[in-house]
Amino acid sequence: MSVDAATVRRIAHLARIAVSEDEVPHLQGELNAMLAFVEQLSEVNVEGVEPMTSVTPMQMKKRQDVVNDGEIADDIVANAPATEGHFFLVPKVVE
Amino acid sequence: MTDLTSLTLAEARKGLAAKTFTSLELTDAHLNAIEAARVLNAFVMETPDQARAMAREADARIAKGDGGPLAGIPLGIKDLFATKGVRTTACSKILGNFVPTYESTVTSQLWRDGAVMLGKLNNDEFAMGSSNETSCFGPVGNPWRRDGSNTTLVPGGSSGGSASAVAALLCMGATATDTGGSIRQPAAFTATVGIKPTYGRCSRWGVVAFASSLDQAGPIARSVRDSAMLLRSMAGHDPKDTTSVDIAVPDYEAAIGKSVKGMKIGIPKEYRLDGMPAEIEKLWSEGAAWLKAAGAELVEVSLPHTKYALPAYYIVAPAEASSNLARYDGVRYGLREQGKNIIELYENTRAEGFGAEVRRRVMIGTYVLSAGYYDAYYLRAQKVRTLIKKDFEDCFAKGVNAILTPATPSAAFGVGEKGGADPVEMYLNDIFTVTVNMAGLPGIAVPAGKDAQGLPLGLQLIGRPFDEETLFSLGEVIEQAAGRFTPARWW
Repeated sequence: MSVDAATVRRIAHLARIAVSEDEVPHLQGELNAMLAFVEQLSEVNVEGVEPMTSVTPMQMKKRQDVVNDGEIADDIVANAPATEGHFFLVPKVVE
Repeated sequence: MTDLTSLTLAEARKGLAAKTFTSLELTDAHLNAIEAARVLNAFVMETPDQARAMAREADARIAKGDGGPLAGIPLGIKDLFATKGVRTTACSKILGNFVPTYESTVTSQLWRDGAVMLGKLNNDEFAMGSSNETSCFGPVGNPWRRDGSNTTLVPGGSSGGSASAVAALLCMGATATDTGGSIRQPAAFTATVGIKPTYGRCSRWGVVAFASSLDQAGPIARSVRDSAMLLRSMAGHDPKDTTSVDIAVPDYEAAIGKSVKGMKIGIPKEYRLDGMPAEIEKLWSEGAAWLKAAGAELVEVSLPHTKYALPAYYIVAPAEASSNLARYDGVRYGLREQGKNIIELYENTRAEGFGAEVRRRVMIGTYVLSAGYYDAYYLRAQKVRTLIKKDFEDCFAKGVNAILTPATPSAAFGVGEKGGADPVEMYLNDIFTVTVNMAGLPGIAVPAGKDAQGLPLGLQLIGRPFDEETLFSLGEVIEQAAGRFTPARWW
């Protein structure tokens, strides 16, 4: 399988990465090189094989459903590029 | 007094205990070495004030007789580990001037045991790379050069700063992370020892995520013993990482010098690649001969799905990365580029903040997870991963204790030499290491010799799950036989 220019633009938008028109051909070439490389997986017989979900056989640990963290709003917003009080600021989302 | 930076960690521990020198003296010696080696670009942030404060505290603890196992030992920390109050960027522009308000579990355990932080080490952006050339702080120089050449070589990646700093005697050991070979390949390129422990052995909490089902932290050090000492402090159960296992951490150092007599060592025939340099082939047979001489038994084994590990990795890892890196949105931390609306803000921030390799991998990951392609790519790759793991399980079920392979298909190469036209050329560096991550197994790279141009080469030992001890025992045999390698100082 390979991707065309329209697909490259669509993937970029899905990934939320702005891509200019003159970057598209280059990216298309690189993505197709990677897709050509992984193409060899199609020759593996995976009939009846379970997909891996956990590399170490272990029971998923569960924790008590209790509050054990919090009250650190200052820490949470400390690195934000734009805040007001304990809120993150973003461009207007709802008209 | 001999130069304090040339001591191994084990030797330094003795000297500190005997009060031959203080941690402050040891730390100052390393801070001076770092200052004199800035051309290597191994450190992206030096923290001398903090280092001296931690050294003084360690000296006080040692004087009182309650120094921890790493009391007063100066270390470098890969910039992927969150360090409280100290800028942590994963060497990406998108994290900008991110200053964590928390400490990663692994580093907090090192400080608990008395270690001293010298600063933060360079790495490939978000650990995506095999040469440390994708860092937003620029490439790292390998302290090793080809005989008679002034060309700067890469130290490997992604833990290139860690490997370079340890090899150049700038720190006594370093933290590193390994998703497809990022500890073992740079260790092999710099004649240092690097171990990627079993998945789940070290907590991933506070380590910037790349591909969560593959990422593991581990140390890079100058000897097998030093790496065992560091891993003991780094490893352990952490309730904050649900994939960290609740198994007691053994005294890894006790495995050093233990007999390997009667151990069965697998030599996988699929690792004998067409066109493999004769030097790598020779190194591999030499390594096998050393283990045999120490009483181990060599057996040929087959890992039939080996060739599919790298392509499967380049589906699984980018897919997980595209998901993990969705958090960099220009809203909660790091870089922000303005946009007319929120979507444009995201798109502009991520276009400006991510480097070319990261953008490429996030896009591939997005593609293989997108509607209509998930089954053909992602699901198939996860099935292939099951088969890769089964290859190893079958092998261990036949009584094999560990598997010996080359660590890399070549020695270090020049800055800008690889991957310019085709990204896959760079990816092939990890061909011998990536299988280990796909199967969640422990793997150690140990320096074993040099190529004809005088560059170091390493061997890899792959172990059973949670049997790092056997790797340390076998690694010590190789280290004893091959000797240790130190680069001639040119910086």
